[in-house]
Amino acid sequence: MLQQFRAFVKKEILHIWRDKRTLFILFGMPIVQITLFGFALTNEVKNASIAILDPAKDEMSAKLTSRISASRYFEVERVIVSPSQIDEAFRTGKIKMAVILPPRFSEELLHTNTATVQFITDASDPNVATTLVNYASSIIHDYQQEITQSQLPYTIHTETRMLYNPQLKGAFNFVPGVMAMILLLVCTMMTSISIVKEKETGTMEVLLASPLPPLLIIIAKAIPYLILSFVNIASILLLSVFVLELPIAGSLALLLAESILFTITALTLGLLISTITASQQVAMLISLVGMFLPTLMFSGFMFPIENMPLPLQIISNIIPAKWYYIIVKAVMIKGLNFSFIWKETLILTGMTLLLMALAVRKFKVRLD
Amino acid sequence: MYHELNDMIVADKLTKTFGDFTAVDAISFEVKKGEIFGFLGANGAGKSTAMRMLCGLLQPSSGSARVAGHDITRQSEKIKQTIGYMSQKFSLYEDLTVKENMRLYGGIYGMNLTAIKAKTASIASALHLQEELDTLVGSLPLGWKQKLAFSVAMFHSPPLVFLDEPTGGVDPVTRREFWELIYAAAHEGTTVFVTTHYMDEAEYCDRVCIMVDGKIQALDKPGALRQMYNTNSIEGVFLQLARTAKRMAD
Amino acid sequence: MLRFLLEKEFRQIFRNPAIIRMMFIMPVVQLVILPLAANYEVKNVAIAIVDHDHSSYSQKLVHKAMASGYFKLTGYYPSYKQALVQIEKDKADIIMEIPAHFEKQLVRESEAPLLLSVNAVNGTKANIGAGYLHTIIRQYNQEIRLQWLQMPRLPDQLQIQTTFTNWYNPGMNYQQFMVPGILVVLLTMVGAFLTALNIVKEKEVGTIEQINVTPVKKHLFILGKLIPFWIMGQIVLTLGLLIARLVYHIIPAGNIGLIYLFSSVYLLAVLGLGLLLSTYANTQQQAMLLAFFLLMIFILLGGLYTSIDSMPIWAQAITKFNPVSYFIEVMRMVVMKGSQFSDIRHHLGIMAIFALVLNTWAILNYRKRQ
Repeated sequence: MLQQFRAFVKKEILHIWRDKRTLFILFGMPIVQITLFGFALTNEVKNASIAILDPAKDEMSAKLTSRISASRYFEVERVIVSPSQIDEAFRTGKIKMAVILPPRFSEELLHTNTATVQFITDASDPNVATTLVNYASSIIHDYQQEITQSQLPYTIHTETRMLYNPQLKGAFNFVPGVMAMILLLVCTMMTSISIVKEKETGTMEVLLASPLPPLLIIIAKAIPYLILSFVNIASILLLSVFVLELPIAGSLALLLAESILFTITALTLGLLISTITASQQVAMLISLVGMFLPTLMFSGFMFPIENMPLPLQIISNIIPAKWYYIIVKAVMIKGLNFSFIWKETLILTGMTLLLMALAVRKFKVRLD
Repeated sequence: MYHELNDMIVADKLTKTFGDFTAVDAISFEVKKGEIFGFLGANGAGKSTAMRMLCGLLQPSSGSARVAGHDITRQSEKIKQTIGYMSQKFSLYEDLTVKENMRLYGGIYGMNLTAIKAKTASIASALHLQEELDTLVGSLPLGWKQKLAFSVAMFHSPPLVFLDEPTGGVDPVTRREFWELIYAAAHEGTTVFVTTHYMDEAEYCDRVCIMVDGKIQALDKPGALRQMYNTNSIEGVFLQLARTAKRMAD
Repeated sequence: MLRFLLEKEFRQIFRNPAIIRMMFIMPVVQLVILPLAANYEVKNVAIAIVDHDHSSYSQKLVHKAMASGYFKLTGYYPSYKQALVQIEKDKADIIMEIPAHFEKQLVRESEAPLLLSVNAVNGTKANIGAGYLHTIIRQYNQEIRLQWLQMPRLPDQLQIQTTFTNWYNPGMNYQQFMVPGILVVLLTMVGAFLTALNIVKEKEVGTIEQINVTPVKKHLFILGKLIPFWIMGQIVLTLGLLIARLVYHIIPAGNIGLIYLFSSVYLLAVLGLGLLLSTYANTQQQAMLLAFFLLMIFILLGGLYTSIDSMPIWAQAITKFNPVSYFIEVMRMVVMKGSQFSDIRHHLGIMAIFALVLNTWAILNYRKRQ
């Protein structure tokens, strides 16, 4: 039986090996995506186009203006000079914020000791709006400190340390998240489609007629994808370390073991989908259209889960990618050992067993 | 040169290579208007490849051919207007009904609705398909599917029809019926180009062409072939020729 | 001829109830649920306190931070090490360590240190959370000064006040922003995935052969596939806009006709892309992988989840070829800012070019003869 099983696995591997195009996409995809997302995805807001309206144009306002334009957060759009242009500039998407200085900035500041700077934001993207106001406020705050120059009495000196990611790189957060997404979606889709395809073309009947137990046939179909995923995990990790300069702070072996566990979860999910669908199109709709956004949004790397309404926080627990994302962050970035992630590991294992049981049950029902 | 008026198909050193594999090796032949022309050969002998080139589904590697007076390399879309085709693998829409498939192909060939309705009715009665007109094609048994594929190939009354192993996998009774349909079509003046690997079917053809390893090894009337190879069946002819084959059937 | 091709495509779509159901139900369900999950707002930042001082000042500081509403207390820990464990377990985001003699130093030496350690794996949360805490510490600092200094001495300091106004979305409502964006993403996925599978399915099943042997014109065949999915796409969009209105009370500030105008061209582009992939692929699996590869890039770099301006220049150049980013921007402009036709005509022009190029490419690459 073992020999037959081996023959089956070999057949499946050959099947994939012969399809060079698919193979090329399968291996190329994670490499391109991790590189692209690792560099391009960041929650930081940089180079935001803003307008500065400075009717005073005096010494102090000029200094403040140059302070703001020197910041890497802002890109000053110089064409906009009057408040009446702001609305149009927002509507056409030219700027994201307007900073309006008072008409007599230096005078007000020197005579009354106070002047008011107004920010108008395009809050159609609330996240960007808040961040820009924060950045600009702190630039102004620094400027104010500089012109007052003196050290205030009774000062608390706050020293802030950024743990794990001192440069606040987006990749530290996004790489584990994207890794979870790619592994989950690709594995689920590939297994479900390849099994359903055999059903569609009728070759499944032939396979089931063989003396090998049906479960082993299915497992044989999943094994090549497990191997493929292993190659992908390796290439993702190599890229992360050597191109994106991420650390692998914890045990590499632990990280790999957890990744394999997660891949198996994904393969089992694909298996379950294949048992409840009859056509490749439906399998694909479920595994991509159905899972893409929920995985993206509930795994926690885009949106903090603790901010979600309670029912959604509960829903997020059934998303396998959430647990894997936590594990990768813990092992890879924080360098923690197994004692910190045994719970997440247990949950993933439990999920896998449950999915497996469901798939086997559905599979048997279909045979009867 | 060629007798364009009398020859429906003229092939001249027609060749198709895939990489370093020569599937069809410089074959030359003519098919006369109104005849039933049989292409005989083992699996993998190159019959389907040759037919697919003539139908405009495959680009020839070298050589040339004219079908209904049009050059297959440059005028394949014109050829498609004048031919019917039944592929080896059933290729009608299984998620459409019998009637819907006929309507689709009638429409594609530019027939109007009245013509489509009339033709559907006449074909249905000829093939005894009346009961099945609203059945999804996917749920028809194989024999019915083959008949349907044939009727769709003939739907727009083409002067030339290509049949690629039309009787593959059907029972002897249905095969018999099928050949009656082919005869009926030929009787009305349709030229029939048919491939088969059933030797007995070769006897029904006006002329038979035997392909071995991509080359034409013999081409004549069935009776003449039997005489030439001194045997009492085409099968005997074939076995003598096929002995030289090197190519493995796939 | 087109009429018969359209009849055929529609019949095939409607004969597969599983596909129809998914095509409409999946986007609807996701659009109802997912926007609720999309909230970048940083709140509930968990703080672990290490108070070596145990003074009234240190207690007041902690109390003030908790009263702000942005923070929740993880607990008090006797040492930094023990507090760090909370960060490792993701139970805390920030450790505030108040050194011994904090109060004494502040009063006697007029200055005192305070240590913050922030979990920076998620850079944004770290930055914003620490920013909140800094503001609170500054305010607290000011209160202490007021206590110890004579009132008149303070206003001598120059002060630049700042105020801000949030246009288009004064309530800083994330759903206003996310719902139209997610709708675009769902529409794109349904359209591109289904068309990507369509022609290649005919290749896999073999039905394309019977079509290829007919004199059917290539552009008509492609058009026959495009039109039904275009109509389906507009229906999905309409359902989505209804949900936006009924569930999230989002009423476009601009003319809703502009959204349909743009989506008409956008769908042609996206469906054209799907069909193009379909003409290249040999199997549905290949088509799916290709489509997934491209869509994941389009969606993640579409400007919905992270800002395009913040990307490196080369990545911004890539997004110029990303149809999704144009529609997300147009949605935001029309729905929230009430932009006019003249504001979006540039986007519309680019999308028309996409549609033209992709569909022409698909027609050329669809070969009736191998």
